[in-house]
Amino acid sequence: MLYDKHKAEIDAILAKYPSKRSALLPMLYIAQDEYGRLDRDSIGEVAEILDLPPTDVYEVAGFYTLFYNEEVGKIVLDVCDDVPCCFCGAEELVADLENRLGVKAGHTTNDKLFTLRRVKCIAACDQAPVLQANLEFHNKVTPDKVDTLLAELRSEIESGKPISISGRFAEH
Amino acid sequence: MPKTELKEYIVLRNREIPNIRDLDVYVANGGYETARNALTTMTPQAIVDEVKKSGLRGRGGAGFPCGVKWGFVPKELNPKYLVVNADESEPGTFNNHEIIDLNPHQMIEGVVISAFAIGANTAYIYIRGEFAYGARLLEQVINEARERGFVGKNVFGSGFDIDIHVHRGAGAYICGEETALLESLEGKIGQPRLKPPFPAVAGLYAKPTVVNNVETLTNVPRIIAKGADWFRSFGTEKSPGTKAVSISGHVKNPGNYEIPLGITMREFIYDWAGGMRSDVPLKFIIPGGASSTWLTTEHLDTPLTWDDMAAAGTMLGSGAVVILDESVSVVKAALKIDEFFKHESCGKCTPCREGTHFLVKVWERIDEGHGRSGDIELLADVGTQMLGKCFCPLGDSAVSAVNSAIKFFRPEIEAEIAGGTH
Ligand SMILES: Cc1cc2nc3c(=O)[nH]c(=O)nc-3n(C[C@H](O)[C@H](O)[C@H](O)COP(=O)(O)O)c2cc1C
Ligand code: SF4
Ligand code: FES
Repeated sequence: MLYDKHKAEIDAILAKYPSKRSALLPMLYIAQDEYGRLDRDSIGEVAEILDLPPTDVYEVAGFYTLFYNEEVGKIVLDVCDDVPCCFCGAEELVADLENRLGVKAGHTTNDKLFTLRRVKCIAACDQAPVLQANLEFHNKVTPDKVDTLLAELRSEIESGKPISISGRFAEH
Repeated sequence: MPKTELKEYIVLRNREIPNIRDLDVYVANGGYETARNALTTMTPQAIVDEVKKSGLRGRGGAGFPCGVKWGFVPKELNPKYLVVNADESEPGTFNNHEIIDLNPHQMIEGVVISAFAIGANTAYIYIRGEFAYGARLLEQVINEARERGFVGKNVFGSGFDIDIHVHRGAGAYICGEETALLESLEGKIGQPRLKPPFPAVAGLYAKPTVVNNVETLTNVPRIIAKGADWFRSFGTEKSPGTKAVSISGHVKNPGNYEIPLGITMREFIYDWAGGMRSDVPLKFIIPGGASSTWLTTEHLDTPLTWDDMAAAGTMLGSGAVVILDESVSVVKAALKIDEFFKHESCGKCTPCREGTHFLVKVWERIDEGHGRSGDIELLADVGTQMLGKCFCPLGDSAVSAVNSAIKFFRPEIEAEIAGGTH
């Protein structure tokens, strides 16, 4: 169970706030890392730990873009296609990734390794084209760098090291 | 004209002092000495007064005088909270990002001094969820500061306790709006609250709360160390100090620049950021984040201050200048910007929720070659129905792109409608 497995981390989070409910976002990050997404059961578990109605937890999980209700790959690739990135190579990067991964943005590869998404500004506009892989920044990802990046990410997955789609800990 | 010199960095001191993010380097350069002096030799009121005198204006967008805001906090109500707004999500803005990653101790020192000034024993840093590395770094930096007695119980033997916690958001631009931020910090969806009451009176957990931007607070240790007059030797009378401004898009050297407030847009683009990246000429400028009204080449002599930008019909905003050249389609740019606001609308009020949908729909059909005659009037009309009728400023912001595009580039939009396949 979530609480038993992550007791130290969860207790430290709860200690930060005078209200248990404030721990909801960090708790959802833990649950998401543990179960790969926020499905019915994981939401129920978080609700129980925080003494909240599950419907409240659903509402919150649905509001924020970094909570995944659908299944995602081991690594979520978030490409910024906002202004100005969309005029500085982001569209080319999305097209390139779609080609190499064989999926359209918004989808997960068949081998369940990668989810490709278009996202809004991630505060690195001078680094365009820019993406985040499980919320780690990769700057100036020009087409010549895509192969190397994907190879690196694949070897990270293969290394079997723990992976955090929520960005709770560094993966390398 | 020769490039104006910045005498010294106030916030991006990482540009001058390598590795200032390491505690030892920060301390070797006088780090936390200001907090020690402030907490052991100054009264909270004296700190508030010095910040007031400095004229420091909030760097998060609105430019509200920081010391004045601190003065609104009722003394008798406890506990009080200081909340650092590190949500930085306004498209084009990435200056807080640099401060957090490369000069975090100065921000933390600012939090310690400011919390003491307003009488808060707990501070939360609300950092956007995408800054996963920044959040981990801040946790580490706070721990290091705590181990040395700069943060925690009885700091510097002053009898003052200050706990600082990092709280990661989870992807929602609206959580940068201070009351939505507080809702989010309370574990709810990020929808703005009705004001008044203002956070200074009833904020986090309904307690007096000051919300300040990362850069605002990073200025504080330098103001207290060197005095309000020194601070005022930078910038202008009504916009004192410097501003870390992000510039991106089609310029040669995109990045953050700490500028003395008051230099012109022209100087900033051409002398600081290297000018245009190619021979393609400048088309328009989004001068203060996606929420701001655009400027064109006729506005290049506008000084970068809160008041001059307002007089030019736009705003300094979050200090985010986006430069776009003639290769850019105005319709595409407006579409992308309104897609942003549609995506980020929290859904609380109808004019914004429905209005942003509608704007995107119309921009989209023009962009795809299915524009209809009358679409420009339709866009303007939807904008009019939104302006001033939304619950929070996000709704109005979605109209900036519409009105800018129509005002400056109407013939281009008309041509795109006329030339479409319909
Ligand atoms: C839609 C919206 C988004 C905002 N986003 C941010 C933000 O990301 N960071 C920030 O500091 N202020 C943001 N603000 C402004 C805050 O509401 C608030 O004014 C600011 O944090 C106050 O700090 P300051 O006085 O130090 O600038 C936003 C405001 C609105 C309406
Ligand atoms: S204007 Fe938009 S973001 Fe603001 S409260 Fe209304 S729906 Fe929410
Ligand atoms: S627009 Fe892409 S990072 Fe800001």
